[in-house]
Amino acid sequence: MKADVAVIGAGPAGLAAAIAAKENGAKRVVVLDREAYKGGILPQCIHNGFGLHIFGEELTGPEYAARYIDMADNAGVTFMMETMVLSIDEHKVITAVGKDVGITTIEAKAIVLAMGCRERSSGALMLPGDRPAGVMSAGTAQRFVNMEGYMPGKDVVILGSGDIGLIMARRMTLEGANVKMVLELMPYSGGLTRNIVQCLDDFDIPLKLSHTVVKMHGKQRLTGVTIAKVDENLNPIESTSEFVSCDTLLLSVGLIPENELAMGLNIQMDSVTGGAVVDSDMQTSMDGVFACGNALQVHDLVDFVTEEASRAGKAAAQYKKIAKLFVNTIAGSGVRYVVPQKLVRDGIDKTLFFRATKVTRGWYTIARCRGKIIASRKRVMCAPGEMENLVIKDADISGGVTVTIEETKT
Amino acid sequence: MIYDAAIIGAGVIGSMIARELSMLDIRVCLIEAKDDVASGASRANSGIVHAGYDAKPGSFKAKFNVLGCAMMKQTTDELGVPFENCGSLVVAFNKQDELALAELKRRGDANGVPTQILTGAQAREIDPMLSEKITSALYAKSAGIVCPFSLTIAASENAIANGVKLYLNSEVTDIARKDGVYEIAAGERDISARIIVNAAGLYSDEISKMAGAEQFIIKPRKGEYIVFDKEMKARTNNVIFRAPTKLGKGVLLAPTVYRNMLAGPTAQNIEDKQDKATSPDGLKKVLNSVIEYVPSIERGKAITVFAGLRAKSPTHDFIIGASQSADNFVNVAGIESPGLSSAPAIAQHVKDLLVSLGLSDKKDPSATRKREPIEVFANATLERKKQMIASDKNYANIVCRCEYVTEAEIIESIRRGARTVDGVKFRAAAGTGRCHGGFCMPRVMDILARELSKDYSEIQKSGKGSRVLTGKTKEAL
Amino acid sequence: MKEQKVTCIVCPLGCEVTVKTQDGKIVETTGQACKRGEKYAAVEVTDPRRTLTSTVRVRDGASPLVSVKSVKPIPKELLFASMKKINETRVKAPVKIGDIVVPNVAGSGVDIVATTDVA
Repeated sequence: MKADVAVIGAGPAGLAAAIAAKENGAKRVVVLDREAYKGGILPQCIHNGFGLHIFGEELTGPEYAARYIDMADNAGVTFMMETMVLSIDEHKVITAVGKDVGITTIEAKAIVLAMGCRERSSGALMLPGDRPAGVMSAGTAQRFVNMEGYMPGKDVVILGSGDIGLIMARRMTLEGANVKMVLELMPYSGGLTRNIVQCLDDFDIPLKLSHTVVKMHGKQRLTGVTIAKVDENLNPIESTSEFVSCDTLLLSVGLIPENELAMGLNIQMDSVTGGAVVDSDMQTSMDGVFACGNALQVHDLVDFVTEEASRAGKAAAQYKKIAKLFVNTIAGSGVRYVVPQKLVRDGIDKTLFFRATKVTRGWYTIARCRGKIIASRKRVMCAPGEMENLVIKDADISGGVTVTIEETKT
Repeated sequence: MIYDAAIIGAGVIGSMIARELSMLDIRVCLIEAKDDVASGASRANSGIVHAGYDAKPGSFKAKFNVLGCAMMKQTTDELGVPFENCGSLVVAFNKQDELALAELKRRGDANGVPTQILTGAQAREIDPMLSEKITSALYAKSAGIVCPFSLTIAASENAIANGVKLYLNSEVTDIARKDGVYEIAAGERDISARIIVNAAGLYSDEISKMAGAEQFIIKPRKGEYIVFDKEMKARTNNVIFRAPTKLGKGVLLAPTVYRNMLAGPTAQNIEDKQDKATSPDGLKKVLNSVIEYVPSIERGKAITVFAGLRAKSPTHDFIIGASQSADNFVNVAGIESPGLSSAPAIAQHVKDLLVSLGLSDKKDPSATRKREPIEVFANATLERKKQMIASDKNYANIVCRCEYVTEAEIIESIRRGARTVDGVKFRAAAGTGRCHGGFCMPRVMDILARELSKDYSEIQKSGKGSRVLTGKTKEAL
Repeated sequence: MKEQKVTCIVCPLGCEVTVKTQDGKIVETTGQACKRGEKYAAVEVTDPRRTLTSTVRVRDGASPLVSVKSVKPIPKELLFASMKKINETRVKAPVKIGDIVVPNVAGSGVDIVATTDVA
């Protein structure tokens, strides 16, 4: 089979990329996904809060997905569901396996990587203790509760205050579980304030900042956890340790872009984002291969995923092998990373996305090129949990662009 | 029915003995307390096939290790178990370490195990990521790696195919002897047998006592491990040990047959035979040790941690032999390291021992030493993959996305005895990858429920008391 | 006089707003950085509402559950009463996105509707 644009993943990123590719002239756009249903993780995210940015209304995950699935169907996107990509070669030939197609190959002119991300596991945290049942990632629990209709436990402790963890605290509470507390290693939450208020405060669930689990108890099923406060170096303070009985520990301790395919292609990766290095057309180090969504960088709002993926889909549709002039973007003081990592010098879109290293109130985001300020934006507050952006307009970018977060002097 | 021989303990030793006995035209049963084979030390250990230079010359350990290591290639070929003859390096960081290497070399010579002393530079030539601080290394070409639980599962499957009866969930609580026949209270059943082989690992002291045989004490020694992601760039080709010091053998770093890197174990003497908890100090020790050998090891690439308990022998050697006080009772106890390496040789030795006690050595003409492994889709060529899908559509459904394990392989693992999420994991590798079941666990549970005609909520992680779910939604409020 | 603390969620600043009330009437609001915060806190103190999302069991459907939401925010104190009603409800497939699954949940005047299709 041949395709003008092949998109790997039918989640929000893949859907938006495919729609944009169609809208920008690609004739045959094929989306491959491992699941039987479209929408990626959205169908299990039954809570509201999606789409405020794009639609001006609060949709639930399934509703947000439904809108883009409809758009993709209307645009004439071809879907290959229950089909998993095994490999992509340097000629952009995709080998995939699926129940309907067996093993098949797709020759693509351009490829968009939109595989999403996965959750960090308890093993990756090296959590001490035995390995009883009752320990799972918050997203796995979300699938059990919202898709399968089963409860992972009765007395719940949640480690990590990422949004999925907060959402699951409320969801399990509403289903009758006793959510005892949410622990956060950092001195600030990784989740949105709105979720802390509506998922924890509403139900009197304590959020313990600067706390972690130091031991899991129980041989067959979890019987409890030992928690402790951590010092400024994030090391547990033994004298503060305390046993909390529970039969379930949910982990919401970070998301990792899924990039086996990108790595298989030896695409240049960014060790901070865990995703590919891309230019402002969302193109990776391999010609004609683009990346977007949580496979590129973990987002906190699906609206931004959609926007980013639309740019990738458009660029994939318009892809021609041409020499481009790049300048690098650089994460300066107060900034953890910047995406895209490279700007196309005479490209049109020069929006920079980045994350702060710490919580700060009253600050500027500033982009400089050769020491000269080329864009800036005043914000009331920044937090690592919320992605920031900055648009460069009509500025001369003849050298590297450094982004910094600088506190305003008051 | 009276069994000619009952083996207590379905770890690697019990299962390999069962396999040897299954070649004979006799009735044999294998009794296991837990819900699956390989539930003790055989599930959680380093998976190293030691060359045999380490054991004290003249000991059982030296004898069976050297023999077992030589037998491992053929054994694993027959059983369809992954094994690699990757070699091992004992690395030295200073003069004192180098003296220890020389001592190991002398022992190797005495045990008939060829080894070679390399310079630090030579060691880095065969394993380029080793630390610049390594001054010398002892190289043993014959060492290797094997998957310990796969070997156990394969041996037990082979034994069962040859007619051995496996009793799971059958903890032995009493042993009596009447008219030359042992009556074994095992779980909810009574089993009669003429000969007992005690391969009960950590509990072999209790079994021996129960039968009125020799009294000895087996203490658990805990070892903690870290498994690293396949994608971690820091790798070694050989098994890396540190030169032994007064404090012990230290932590090793080894590739696994699944291409992960494995670091461990610690060595902590404990009392509780069920305490398999990892600890912050233990894991820190493991990590710091292997970073000494290979500085580019990344903590962030850990995918899981675990602890195993070895059955520490009071004699510092294997306790193998017919009891002096209980007739027809054979102890195969205190099988600490290098027990896995020794297993094929121990099994043969025990068979010969039982024949000398009067067991019939008449061959079972229908018995085979071959066991077909579950074919791994991910490892097949593209052509073979197509054939596999043509023969069974379930090969086209990849369930575990990290390790590319298909529904067909999971169904086959259940057909072969997997009853829990871990049972599937240890047979078909679903959930062993970097997300460690985050994606596939609900799907594996779905397949288990369907194939075993159980409700989803009944599915256990690893046996009794380990249900993953506590009920349905909509019912708790 | 009653004093209540409200964390404002209008912007990332997350102001801790203190609202003093007398006989159900707001007499003083402090701690907010802007007007929007004052308005938000007033609603939170006098008539807090939340959008409720959950699932409802489906009979004879391609999936056992359908995801649902309240079409408008419902009074916060009715959340658990609404859940009880939602938990008792069973709908027959097919269900279409937007279908009313529970009308006027717990007397709130707000309907619970499906947020996805179930064939």
